[in-house]
This record gives sequence, structure tokens and C-alpha cells, in this order.
Amino acid sequence: MRRMLGRSRWFRHGRDGRRVEGDSRAARNKTPCEIPAGHGRAPHDPLRTDFPQSLRPPGTAGHLLGTDQLGRDLLARVLHGARLALFIGVCTVVLTAIFGGLLGLVAGFVERWPSAVLMRIADVQLSFPFILLAMTINTIVGLGLRNTILSLSAAGWVVYARVVRGEVLSVKQRDYVLAAAALGVSRGRLLFRHVLPNVAPSIIVLASLQFSSFIVAEAAISFLGFGIQPPTPAWGSMLSESRDFLYVAWWLAAFPGAALALTALGVNLLGDWLRDTLDPKLRV
Amino acid sequence: MRAYAVSRLAQTALVVFLSLTAVFAMVRLSGDPVLLFMPMDIQAKDVNEFRQRLGFNDPLPVQYARFVGGALRGDFGESLRYRRDAMGLVLERFPATLLLAGASLLLTLAVAVPLGVLSAVRRDGFLDHVGTISAVLGQATPGFWLGLMLIYLFSVQLRWLPTGGIGSVAHLVMPSIVLAAFYSARITRLTRSAVLEVLGEEYILTARAKGLSEGRVIGKHTLRNSAIPIVTLAGLELGQIMGGAVITETIFAWPGLGRLTVQALLNRDFPVVLAAVFFISVTYTLLNLAVDLLYGWLDPRVRLR
Repeated sequence: MRRMLGRSRWFRHGRDGRRVEGDSRAARNKTPCEIPAGHGRAPHDPLRTDFPQSLRPPGTAGHLLGTDQLGRDLLARVLHGARLALFIGVCTVVLTAIFGGLLGLVAGFVERWPSAVLMRIADVQLSFPFILLAMTINTIVGLGLRNTILSLSAAGWVVYARVVRGEVLSVKQRDYVLAAAALGVSRGRLLFRHVLPNVAPSIIVLASLQFSSFIVAEAAISFLGFGIQPPTPAWGSMLSESRDFLYVAWWLAAFPGAALALTALGVNLLGDWLRDTLDPKLRV
Repeated sequence: MRAYAVSRLAQTALVVFLSLTAVFAMVRLSGDPVLLFMPMDIQAKDVNEFRQRLGFNDPLPVQYARFVGGALRGDFGESLRYRRDAMGLVLERFPATLLLAGASLLLTLAVAVPLGVLSAVRRDGFLDHVGTISAVLGQATPGFWLGLMLIYLFSVQLRWLPTGGIGSVAHLVMPSIVLAAFYSARITRLTRSAVLEVLGEEYILTARAKGLSEGRVIGKHTLRNSAIPIVTLAGLELGQIMGGAVITETIFAWPGLGRLTVQALLNRDFPVVLAAVFFISVTYTLLNLAVDLLYGWLDPRVRLR
């Protein structure tokens, strides 16, 4: 992941707030807001300020969703926010699923002390509200993209560990696992070839259900001043900045939030569908 | 039952102690709290004096022992920023949070339970579809965005309600709607499915067969029997509402525990962070325990072990 973050030109430019010329991926994302030829301006950059054009309402020529207090194009910022939100969502879901899933797998399989230790840790974590825990970790490890992903993951893996452990406890009593064990299959093979595939649907369903809550949680902590910092266009920090302009520019609050809500809605519906398809019994 | 309660209380105490240790470790291992708190232009002499006064110069185990000893007496030290007792600050803010949580829980139940019951009784009717759609939307809409939009509509445009602060019933309206929106979505869905399940039972058929009015069948036989999951979820949600209050209180400048915690985190005011986190985690855990005990009391068929 580190390599990915270091390589991606977009994130580099997001982090130190400099415009990187010729960023083809960013340009591609902005196509929808390009203006008809004749206006004579390059595709919008989410960080490029244009003060004379500040706080223009939606529908202004060239700025479909209007501009913010520094004259940055809102549509470009919302689109970049989408990329950031999805990136964070995917990273946290993958990290928590792998980490929490593996721990749950081991704890369910090797009952004795690993199980007890894991469950106590889970109890401790679950005695804090998720958002508060993620914020506290974020304050301690530091703000910014990578640390935000880490804090959300550190606060969120417990759910997987608990669900997977419960599943493993029941799966390993099934006849086919007992039969495989009786045939002398090694423990590692038993765990990864016989137990894991039967637990995997739960992990996938859980991941899809967690995806939207991670995206919303990231927006929430960025909104409160932790997480992703301005000028990087994350939905949460855009909403946070919009509060100062609520009296004069409603669009600054309306569009990033609507994008967030629609994303969460879409992901939730996908998750529900996955749950009904893969594992009707699972209730989180 | 009593043995169960005692063992759960002991477990709770262990969890609280461990979480206290975890928070202390996280805060102290992250760096020098004094340097993190102080502005950049402070003089080294002042830093050292401050550190000495707060006992940050002692070895870590000594600090930990002092911290745990203090925590048991509810003493988390002095707020770095306000120079006041940290736990005192937390307790001072708690009633406001409790008021907000109570109001939104009432609102949630007042909206969600009737809506859920009606959705189940008139299954696939108009209200059922409205309920389903609003539940899906309610779960997807982030509270802080809903809050901003409500402020825009009711404070900026219509000028009906104050944008934030505390004082009158009007101040309470928007924060409790925001908190209730998310939770009523879940409670509506749960009420609907619980009522549907009970409606399929044979004693409902019997009640109808002996000619009871539909009102009595629903009001007495069905609702009582579907109350257990609803009460359970409502209790658990109350704990969640305290977490959700962290965000809602910040948007509406509600002087509660959540806002205090956010500000303390932003100010790196660690004694207050520790006191607040401790307080929230204890409340949360006790609430969960209370819900579990309530569950066994409501439904004697449930055996608690």
C-alpha cells in the first residue's frame, strides 16, 4: 500500500497541495465538467483557485455546481472527493478484512488462550463508540490520508474478528472438517482449505456492509477536523469548510454531502443484495 | 440471575480497567503530552516547570500507578487548557448530552414504533413502502450533512430555529431530529419484522378467532410479544446515540460531552480526553449490561448464563 501511495501522482499532489502538470488520470475524471470550447480554460483542477470567480452559484458558465470561497470548481472537488472516499473505503475494508479475518480464523481454530485474549481485546474496543475510537487513534498517530486509513482500520477490525471466530467455531464441527482431520490433513491445510472457504462468504458480506460505514466515518472525522486536511478535497473537510458559508453558499454544503449520501446508499444496497445472495442467515 | 449479574459486573470492571490502560498507553506512547499541547513559541523553562508540576518527569510506571490510583477516585488531574478538574468538566457537560440522548430516543420511539407496526399490519401497503424507503435513506444519510441541511432550511431560510446552542426547546429540535433520523430507520425495520413474526403465531389466530377487535389483537397480544427485540435495540441504540452525539453536538454547538471530547482531542488536552473516554466507556458498558439484564427480565424464556 505504501508503494501505491508513494507512486500515485494524484496523492502526491493532494498531500503537498501542489499542482502536478499532466496528471492524465485527474484530467480524465474531470471530463464531465469541461466546458464547451471557446471558454479557453484548461479542465478544472480541484485545487486551482480563481478568486475573482469565488462563491459562484451552480449553473454558472463553466462551473456546473458553482465554485467555493476560493473560486475552486465544486464539481471537480466533489469528483476528487469520490475518488478519495472510495480509495479510503477500499483500503480500510481490505485491511480490516484481512487482519480481523485472520485473527478471527486463528482464534476460532485454536481455542484456548488466543481466543480468550482476542475476545478481551474485542470487548475493550467495543466499549468505545467507533467514531470516538477512530478519532482518538487518529489524534495520536497523526492526521493525513495514510494515518486516517490506519486509524479507521485499527478501530474497525474487531467486528470481523468476532464474526469470523463465531463462524469458525461452528464450521470446524462440521462433518467434512472432522473427516478431513481424521484423514490426517495438516492443521494449516485444514484451516485454509477447508474452513476458510466456508467462512469467506460471511467476510465478503460483512466487508460490503462495512464499506459504507467506513466512508461515512472518514467523512465524519474529517468534518470534525481530524482525518484528511484541507486543501485536499475530501467530502468531510469540504463540508466542514462549508459551514462558514452556509448563509451565502448553500451549494458548498449540499453537493459534497449528497455525493456522500448517494455513495453510502449505493453501497448499502449492494451490501444488502450480497447478503441476501450469499448468506441469508447472516445478521450483523 | 444474580450470579450472572455479578459475573457480568466483574467482566465489565475488567473491560473498563483494560480500556483505561489502553488509552493511557496510547496517549503516553504517542509523545510528550506537554510539548504536543504547548504552542511552538513557549520557552523551555516553562515547559519544564509545567512538566514537573503535572508529574510528567516521573518514570512511566510511577505515572501509570498514579493515573490508575487517581482514576479509581475519579481524579484524572487538571485540564491542561482550562486549569480545572478534568472529571469535573466531564460531569458538568454530561446532563446536556443526557438531555439530547433522551429527547432523540423519545422521538425515535414515537416515530419508529408506530411506523413499524403500521408497516407490518398493512404489509405492502403505501405506508410500508414509505417506511422502507425512508429507512433505507435514513441509514445512508450522514447525520452531519442532514444537520447542515436542516440548519440551512430552518435557520437560514425560514428563520424558525436557532442554529445552535442550548437554552430552550427550540434549541433541542434539530439536534434530536438528526440523531433520531439514523436510529429510527433501524428501529422501524426491526419493529416491522418483529410484529410480522408475532402476527404469524397461532395465539394471534386464536385471538382473532374468538372475535377480539383488531385494536386489541395488535395493541395487546402483538405489541407485548414483539416488545423484547425493540427494547433491546432501543437500549443498545442509546449507547450508540452517545457516540453519535460527538458529531451532532459539534454541528449544533451543543455544550455536551461529545463536543467537550472533540475539543479536548483537538487541543491535545489529554487529562480531559482520558476522563471523557473513561466516562463514555463506563456508561456504554453499563448500558449494555443493563440491556442484557432487562432482556432476561422481560422474557423469562431467556436463560442468562
